[in-house]
Amino acid sequence: MSRLTVPKTYKLYIGGTFPRSESGRTYEVVAADGAFLANAAQASRKDARDAVVAARAAVGGWVGATAYNRGQVIYRIAELLEGRRAQFVDEIQSSEGVTAAEAGAQVDLAIDVWVWYAGWADKYAQVAGNANPVSGPYFNLSVPEPTGVVAAVAPQGVTGGSLLGLVSVLAPIVVSGNTVVVVADERAPLSAISLSEVLATSDVPGGVINMLTGSPAEIMPWLASHADVNALDLTGAGSIDGAKGETWVDLQLAAAETLKRVVAPVAGIPRPALERITAFVETKTVWHTKSML
Amino acid sequence: MAFLEYAAAPESASILNLKAQYGLFIDGEFVDGHGDVFDTISPATEEVIASIAQATAGDVDVAVAAARRAYDRVWSRMSGSDRGKYLFRIARLVQERSRELAVAESLDNGKPIRETRDVDVPLVAAWFFYYAGWADKLEHAGLGPNPRALGVAAQVIPWNFPLLMLAWKIAPALAAGNTVVIKPAETTSLTAMLFAEILQQADLPAGVVNIVTGPGPTGQALVTHADVNKVAFTGSTNVGRMIARQVAGTQKRLTLELGGKAANIVFDDAPMDQAIEGIVNGIFFNQGHVCCAGSRLLVQENVHDEVIDRLKQRLSTLRMGDPLDKNTDIGAINSAAQLERIRTLSDTGENEGAERWTADCRIPDKGFWFAPTIFTKVSAAHAIAREEIFGPVLSVLTFRTPAEAITKANNTPYGLSAGIWTEKGSRMLALVDQLRAGVVWANTFNRFDPASPFGGYKESGYGREGGRHGLAAYLEASGWDAPASLSAASSAPTDGARAARKPAKTRKAVAK
Repeated sequence: MSRLTVPKTYKLYIGGTFPRSESGRTYEVVAADGAFLANAAQASRKDARDAVVAARAAVGGWVGATAYNRGQVIYRIAELLEGRRAQFVDEIQSSEGVTAAEAGAQVDLAIDVWVWYAGWADKYAQVAGNANPVSGPYFNLSVPEPTGVVAAVAPQGVTGGSLLGLVSVLAPIVVSGNTVVVVADERAPLSAISLSEVLATSDVPGGVINMLTGSPAEIMPWLASHADVNALDLTGAGSIDGAKGETWVDLQLAAAETLKRVVAPVAGIPRPALERITAFVETKTVWHTKSML
Repeated sequence: MAFLEYAAAPESASILNLKAQYGLFIDGEFVDGHGDVFDTISPATEEVIASIAQATAGDVDVAVAAARRAYDRVWSRMSGSDRGKYLFRIARLVQERSRELAVAESLDNGKPIRETRDVDVPLVAAWFFYYAGWADKLEHAGLGPNPRALGVAAQVIPWNFPLLMLAWKIAPALAAGNTVVIKPAETTSLTAMLFAEILQQADLPAGVVNIVTGPGPTGQALVTHADVNKVAFTGSTNVGRMIARQVAGTQKRLTLELGGKAANIVFDDAPMDQAIEGIVNGIFFNQGHVCCAGSRLLVQENVHDEVIDRLKQRLSTLRMGDPLDKNTDIGAINSAAQLERIRTLSDTGENEGAERWTADCRIPDKGFWFAPTIFTKVSAAHAIAREEIFGPVLSVLTFRTPAEAITKANNTPYGLSAGIWTEKGSRMLALVDQLRAGVVWANTFNRFDPASPFGGYKESGYGREGGRHGLAAYLEASGWDAPASLSAASSAPTDGARAARKPAKTRKAVAK
């Protein structure tokens, strides 16, 4: 007699906790062949705002952590992901309709992306910052700093990319000390929700990464115009088509009101690159007088 | 003002050999514009200096086409070392004609000759020298091997540092291999025209730098032009917002240097003599027409009265008047419109209950003048503590603890600059970490250097000018730096509108 399984209730991840959408809405996640997989929470505007509050509250602690510590925490994500590899392979296989080998390769890459970015945590400032030889008796240093709260859209509907796409967006944002509110792949969100469980049990402080499932077209306009969001990562927003026909360009237009930094959409999955880290940092230049000896 | 009367020491304007009328500078030639002609006046006397052409959208088209041609045929093909040599030539010519440029700038802008002679023009030369040396070293700009120029840069600059802002924009753009169409501010086009003569003397290839003059609509035609690859703007946050909207959805790269409301924080252990000078320099330099001006003075409560007393005493020694007089500290406000804005905001400050003190300066009969003014008893809610006044008006607030200073300093949508005055190095460094500003001056203020990046956080804009970072704003990387094993499953990114993919299937479509 076969055992009756215990399906998981898939929820949002906000401020280190797993709430349902305050709206009470869910939407069906289906397999490539149309079979029912799960009901995912359909995040609302209020959920997005709550996530921004959580992300803002987490900025101080995350920026304040040493770079070495942030690298360790991000590497820890890779460790835990590796340990739960089988679960992710299952979820990706069922929701993307790919083979176990293909799903496995995606999980491996996702793990390696975390590892690659983890190593940048205590190095990017050396590469992106420098001492400036100004003409005068001054000490002058430019260092990069995270910009604050970033709202992001993970790649949408990229076969072979529901987890890898999300990780490729998240890792470079948080490695410098930013916090993030990310909207997962709308069609294949299961691995994203499970990644939340990995984050919750890793050492990533609550609120540093906030995961929303649902419609980017519905949620992103609120985040793009939110005055307490510092940057917009539109990596997966190229396919956004809102109810009133809005596109990612409308999100960029909304972001202009508060002069948010904007990363334009990317076709497919973004490759790991230092530029993805520096896209979400500010350069702070400090001058100090030198005394005359 | 009876403190010390100096005999007038005016710099002679006879060194200038100005034309009565200036046209546009396109494709290496001075040409007539197709728009109306307007007068540029001396803010100190309201006398007409010269008339300036107003470029139409058609003129902008011609200028952009010239820049594109020069980019394709000449500048992008030239070796970095040759580009550098042209920039070195320009730097030397600026030095040679520095007195003439300083006089013209003072006349046209209203700023004191002491500042144009000792700050603006030397920095202009330094900017070209600095970036000249970068032109053949682009692989060290931080973007990996073989970084590429962007193409044609559209640049719009403000009236507060007309020639300096031109140098900030043109030098890195040319070093990186871009060509330029630049629009100076309507009220301060004169030195850009003298600079065009310098370009001719340097024998810079035609079309590499083009100058179009005119008001806002000329700038709009330029930044919205379909054939420009890069937009760089320095000016107000509101116009910056508009440009960010206009650039949305295009592949144009954008640098914005916008407004500020900088906190200048004075602790009780500050080196007080230097701090007073720093406060004065922070807000009264260039009549306060400085986006990074220290317009909000945050003073630790226990030294507030001492600071204010000494500040008033110091301000009483400032000399306001003829910008061409070498004794002048405070020159004229650049335009009647700006003077009106300063007056309105100052009146608002008074109406909201702040206490106003104005230095006892003799106001000349003609021209646009505003004496150095301090507001005390200012609260964070007052308009004069929130809005950029862009004039010689200082708002003074107090704090008790470093934490309060940080909270108040960061309590603004702007984030361009900040100042800290304390003898305690460890406290200064801890404060620097907490301040949300692109430039922090500690025990100094308003320092600029071509080697030092400058730019803002938050609504003070994005991108940096100066230093290696300023160069990178005119380049794009040509390679990827992740190991091949990680890149295997990822596709190359594209940017801009072409990146939009076909819509992903919605849940409903999949569920069918």
